[in-house]
Amino acid sequence: MENVMKNDIRIVEEPRKPLAMHPKKFAMWLFLASVLMLFAAFTSAYIVRQAEGDWVIFDLPDMFTFTTVAILASSIPVQWAYFAARKNQQNLVVALLGIGTVLGILFLAGQWQGWGQLVDNHIHLVGNPSGSFFYLITGLHGLHIISAVIYLIITLVRAHRGIIHSGNLAPLEMCVTYWHFLGGLWLYLFVFLLLNR
Amino acid sequence: MATIDIDIKSAQQHDSHEHDSHEHEHHEGNFWTNYIFSQDHKVIAKQFLITGMFWALIGGVLSVIFRLQLGFPEANLEWLRPVLGGWITPEGKIDAEFYLALVTMHGTIMVFFVLTAGLSGTFSNFLIPLQIGARDMASGFMNMLSYWFFFLSSVVMLSSLFLSTGPAGGGWTVYPPLSALPQAIQGSGLGMTLWLVSMALFIVSTLLGGINYITTIINMRTQGMSFTKMPLTVWAFFFTAIIGLLSFPVLFGAALLLIFDRSFGTSFFLSDIYIGGEALPNVGGSPILFQHLFWFLGHPEVYIVLLPALGITSEIIATNSRKPIFGYKAMVGSMLFIAILSFVVWAHHMFVTGMNPFLGSIFTLLTLIIAVPSAVKIFNYVTTLWRGNIKFTAAMLFSIGLVSFFLTGGITGIFLGNSAVDIQLHDTYFVVAHFHLVMGSASFFGMMAGVYHWFPKMFGRMMDERLGTIHFWLTFVGVYLVFFPMHYIGIAGFPRRYYSWTSFETFSGFADLNMLVSVAAILTLSAQFLFLFNFIYSIFRGRLAPANPWNSNTLEWTTPRLPQHGNWPGAIPTVYRWPYDYSKPGAKEDFIPQHIPYSETPESNLPHENEQIKLEGVVVKPSSGHH
Repeated sequence: MENVMKNDIRIVEEPRKPLAMHPKKFAMWLFLASVLMLFAAFTSAYIVRQAEGDWVIFDLPDMFTFTTVAILASSIPVQWAYFAARKNQQNLVVALLGIGTVLGILFLAGQWQGWGQLVDNHIHLVGNPSGSFFYLITGLHGLHIISAVIYLIITLVRAHRGIIHSGNLAPLEMCVTYWHFLGGLWLYLFVFLLLNR
Repeated sequence: MATIDIDIKSAQQHDSHEHDSHEHEHHEGNFWTNYIFSQDHKVIAKQFLITGMFWALIGGVLSVIFRLQLGFPEANLEWLRPVLGGWITPEGKIDAEFYLALVTMHGTIMVFFVLTAGLSGTFSNFLIPLQIGARDMASGFMNMLSYWFFFLSSVVMLSSLFLSTGPAGGGWTVYPPLSALPQAIQGSGLGMTLWLVSMALFIVSTLLGGINYITTIINMRTQGMSFTKMPLTVWAFFFTAIIGLLSFPVLFGAALLLIFDRSFGTSFFLSDIYIGGEALPNVGGSPILFQHLFWFLGHPEVYIVLLPALGITSEIIATNSRKPIFGYKAMVGSMLFIAILSFVVWAHHMFVTGMNPFLGSIFTLLTLIIAVPSAVKIFNYVTTLWRGNIKFTAAMLFSIGLVSFFLTGGITGIFLGNSAVDIQLHDTYFVVAHFHLVMGSASFFGMMAGVYHWFPKMFGRMMDERLGTIHFWLTFVGVYLVFFPMHYIGIAGFPRRYYSWTSFETFSGFADLNMLVSVAAILTLSAQFLFLFNFIYSIFRGRLAPANPWNSNTLEWTTPRLPQHGNWPGAIPTVYRWPYDYSKPGAKEDFIPQHIPYSETPESNLPHENEQIKLEGVVVKPSSGHH
């Protein structure tokens, strides 16, 4: 420990410390980059395939408008939870993360309903690739949302136990980043699917 | 921002001290945590290396089996029956479908399991923390997971070799519809399913590893280790990890679509197919779409394989030429340029798919531009060697061998990158010769060079240099004997992946050349057993290695002979200079390691380096860290 203290109170100029961020937060961003590439691959494949013709056009389920609102709205309590954690308002953090989780589950339920509407409209996974792509892209996004909901619940429990506070924000920050990212990703996918039919 | 930095820094140091005291308490730890589920980057690197070597042996043996068929089509292979069983036909020949499985598995194993996991996994893991001055990877746990996902993927792929229907047989590129329809060939049945499962696990492993490599390089460098002072090895691993992070998810996407087509009845890649006069229900799919997705990974994959090898050889060539690397910034820049270009040339694998000729011209142009950074690298290797005080260690020989293959294989790339010439050469043995030299052999030589060079740091003992030299010459000559004749065979029009040509009168004139290739392949594989013996023998009986056997500058050589968990027993050394101060005029010795401050070398400092002394602040020497 002596060594640590000596290092910290050096007064003489020394070699500059290299640029550094929180390693785990940084790793989270890299993970998001690879998720983004996965969906970029699917949407590019969608465009390439669509350009070849023989493409069945169908309306997006109405439900998706509501789910889009739900997922975008859910970012507000989740971000608010982060601000509350900075002020050590533990109960508020738990409550806000709870709201975020509920909205996330609502989103998933809505997506499921939306799939039901599509099936009623005779668009199935097996059939023209336009439908297959639709189910695959929304389904894969849904899987990510499921993982994020689980992540939110874990973070909620940790906040409840008092592990997350103004001195230890990184676990919450990473969760918040993931949630915002998936919300933004959905907005991109929704607009993409809306415009490229 | 500043406060956060200090928090992390002290937290890390605290952490490492805990580790240290932990080590002091019980020296051994238990077998499972030390060697099996270890989170130490050095142990994980060795796990990757050993697994990679195991796969390389299997991949090599598979290639010799199909070379037997190609070189000696009339031979009776009855003696292989104890090993291959039913895959030997009653006439004593290799089963034709099994032949396809052999080439498929050879490609898959070599590209992914040996040259991606075995090369990147080994050396990124081993060298990144040691060369940037970190105690371990950013996340030891993720690193451990990365290996075990690779191991699981290996188990799945290996088990597919023992299926009664054989492993995947649609080529390592697994193009649909062949790979999508179990009715097509036996290999597209369960073997293909296992291939896809295995690759999905493999991609997870690569992403876990890649995220860790990038995070570690950016965030965990020791004091003074600025980007411009990083060894070229670390730069190469950095670019490799970024390319992997961006391209492997795309392969995952392609594999997922293929899985849906195979198992859930979708038609992403299938359309208008008749089997036995019966139309399949699939309509509206596009097999070309798969090629786009596959090669968007596939081409960057070439550089995922090659860049680590180029980084390793940059380091070894500078060290053993006893000269600074020529054009450090040009080396970094050309790797960056190659990494960027690797994402915009994928369609040169698809010139004959009926793509728009105008698009073909664009991809030709982009492809040929890669020759520029590649040439920069070759010139820089040669100018580093030029008038150097060259030490021909085994590692150095393999590095020079890499430069040779990179050149001969690269030149044929200029032919193949041309969309007009490619019409003649596409899918012939010319392509096989090209990528085996420029990607396969070059990367393999980089890997060998790395093993010979860093073996002392890995196992604390030296490998036998004389055996290493013999291994080099046999392999070097062997590789050229195998792949050079293939250029002629390819120009003559031999298509790759064909089981037999004996029914074509045109091709009978090349039977002797094919025989030569096969004999050379067998000899080259045999030579690898020299290495294997040397490797295993040296682990236990090799000469004890000094701490810095090659008089090298990088930080890993400042660790003890066998670095323990945490790498440095005391404080992590601080870095003051770039890693290539070899034969500096005026210096006492012909190398000045990175952790030596300029204030200690007044005799060799350049004027601007004397300026640096002010900034060094070496009042507190890191010696206080020993306890």
